[in-house]
Amino acid sequence: MSEIHAQTVRFVRETMLPPAVPPRSEAGAVRWLRENLFSGPVNIALTILGLALLYVVLQAVVPWLMHSVWNAKSLGECREIVAQTWGPDASGACWAMIRERWPQYLFGFYPQELYWRPTLAFLLMFVALAPVLFSGLPRGLLWFSAVYPMLAFWLLWGGAVWWWVVVALGFVLAYAAFRLAVQRSSTIIAGAAALAVLVGWSLFAIDPLAALIQRVLPASIAPVSSDRFGGFLLSITIGITAIAGSLPLGILLALGRRSDMPLVKMLSVAFIEFIRGVPLITVLFVASLLLQYFLPPRTQFDIILRVIIMATIFAAAYIAEVIRGGLAALPRGQYEAADSLGMDYWQAQRLIIMPQALKISIPGIVSSFIGLFKDTTLVAFVGLNDPLKGITQVVRADMNWKGIYWEPYVFVGAIFFLICFGMSRYSMYLERRLKRDNR
Amino acid sequence: MSEATQRKIDRSQMRVSDEIAIQITGMNKWYGNFHVLRDIDLTVHKGERIVVCGPSGSGKSTLIRCINRLEEHQSGKIEVDGTELTSDLKNIDKVRSEVGMVFQHFNLFPHLTILENCTLAPIWVRKVPKKEAEETAMHFLRKVKIPEQAQKYPGQLSGGQQQRVAIARSLCMKPRIMLFDEPTSALDPEMIKEVLDTMIELAEEGMTMICVTHEMGFAQAVANRVVFMDQGQVVEQNEPREFFNNPQSDRTRLFLSQILGH
Repeated sequence: MSEIHAQTVRFVRETMLPPAVPPRSEAGAVRWLRENLFSGPVNIALTILGLALLYVVLQAVVPWLMHSVWNAKSLGECREIVAQTWGPDASGACWAMIRERWPQYLFGFYPQELYWRPTLAFLLMFVALAPVLFSGLPRGLLWFSAVYPMLAFWLLWGGAVWWWVVVALGFVLAYAAFRLAVQRSSTIIAGAAALAVLVGWSLFAIDPLAALIQRVLPASIAPVSSDRFGGFLLSITIGITAIAGSLPLGILLALGRRSDMPLVKMLSVAFIEFIRGVPLITVLFVASLLLQYFLPPRTQFDIILRVIIMATIFAAAYIAEVIRGGLAALPRGQYEAADSLGMDYWQAQRLIIMPQALKISIPGIVSSFIGLFKDTTLVAFVGLNDPLKGITQVVRADMNWKGIYWEPYVFVGAIFFLICFGMSRYSMYLERRLKRDNR
Repeated sequence: MSEATQRKIDRSQMRVSDEIAIQITGMNKWYGNFHVLRDIDLTVHKGERIVVCGPSGSGKSTLIRCINRLEEHQSGKIEVDGTELTSDLKNIDKVRSEVGMVFQHFNLFPHLTILENCTLAPIWVRKVPKKEAEETAMHFLRKVKIPEQAQKYPGQLSGGQQQRVAIARSLCMKPRIMLFDEPTSALDPEMIKEVLDTMIELAEEGMTMICVTHEMGFAQAVANRVVFMDQGQVVEQNEPREFFNNPQSDRTRLFLSQILGH
């Protein structure tokens, strides 16, 4: 600034100005309408076009829904009622089918007198999920969350309770092996030891030990075989188990892909790229057909378990890539700060890196979960009764409901939407809650 | 010149002992083919306050990052408190828990509160009970004059406050040596003073410090030795008065005229 200029515009403010409200015409609904719907000729045209389109769609859908029939014995009866009430040309939804068949949509061919078991497992699922999803609840509840998988599987498939107790014992032993080994050597070796215990336990100990205890102290409920499972029971069992399994597996794969160790890195990359490059249906076919060839003869490997494993692996590959994105977004300084404080790799990952990387990845992770849950309907291709295709086919095979098309899909779609929308809302809640560190 | 000089400095605790804290001999480092550090020899005694300065790209940050092995050196030897830095992870973790580091961009953990930032490493690395770690943390937060911010998150603090938290976080590990990597370069001018004051207090208590900084006022007031680096090598080192008033090499004179010239 030149000296002359500085002298000509000499100015000193005596009082500071208070903030003022904006002018009336620049606020409220009128402004919103003008800015968003009628701001120019193109916008006005688009608004009118949009309204017209909305009218056309609603004009078709609303009467169909308004003419719904809830009480009928068959599709023919439904149509008669619609024709009688609304005239011969009217069309109407026939929800009577859902009313009659909804237990089948929920449970498939699960024995009717045992419906209480999946229902109980479903209700307990919320108790088990609550402390995981909401941090305000007492931490002691997490113990129930840890026990819940075994409890739920026992309720669903029945049989001797000891089998699942021995399975749980295997996890306890693996954890003990991990703790013992981690004091003596590195975390990776400890992890391998835990895995070895787990595999050895499931190959050699579970069946004989469970049978032994069962003989001494019988405690079992009626077993239900996997081919009786169907409907949303099947979808939710596969979906929830695969979701719970794919997140930890995905984290490990993401870390493996960024590892300094060439072998770990190569294996992770190969695994992720291979699984992502293959359609899920192929993976499911492998689960249902090919896996039998590779496994030792006489191994009875439940079809639902096989499908769950494949779905888990499939989702884990996608989640690994989502989390890798989150890891890449973290500044290097975070790693350096953790290192400079003397933390080892796993401490840094668990306490510093993962909490932040997972937070960044929440939208992507939940998208993967939603996709995985919807993909559970693909199990129809390996002969399981998923709600969308499997059960609907069963319903249509009944003479009474032959030719019903829209209603089952709308119904199943609506339930899927509710569950997926719920997941999406939860993820938004979680993002808001974790936003506290406004960086 | 910085305001740091305006303060009366208490030198009663500043004593350089004969004990060697860090010994670097014939150390070289390359990034690919680029020779970043060339034949570095540096001995730091306990209680020394060393300021490392030099033009950007001269390798001064890389040098102090080698001391706690955030960077790996390819030849030569670095010994910290008698422990040699090799690829042995146990040694590295040992050295890192003895050596505190403060970064240019603070690198606080944004998902943890200030208090949690300070207690995390003591609890998990030093296995200090939580309550004791919190007491220590509050002690050091009081020392850097922000105990009232303990429950806030780093994003809610000003840059100067964040850097002071970073210093407190390092101190909670009870380090014997502190490294400062341009601690005031990312700060607004009005916040530099509060951070420098904290560092001066630390020096007054006899902490061994190596500090990469452009704050020449701080160097004159606190350092017992100034190391000038250029092109990956130590060009000149001297006690501060001699270094500033009577620089020996042309490179040093040029550098000083550039940063003190206005």
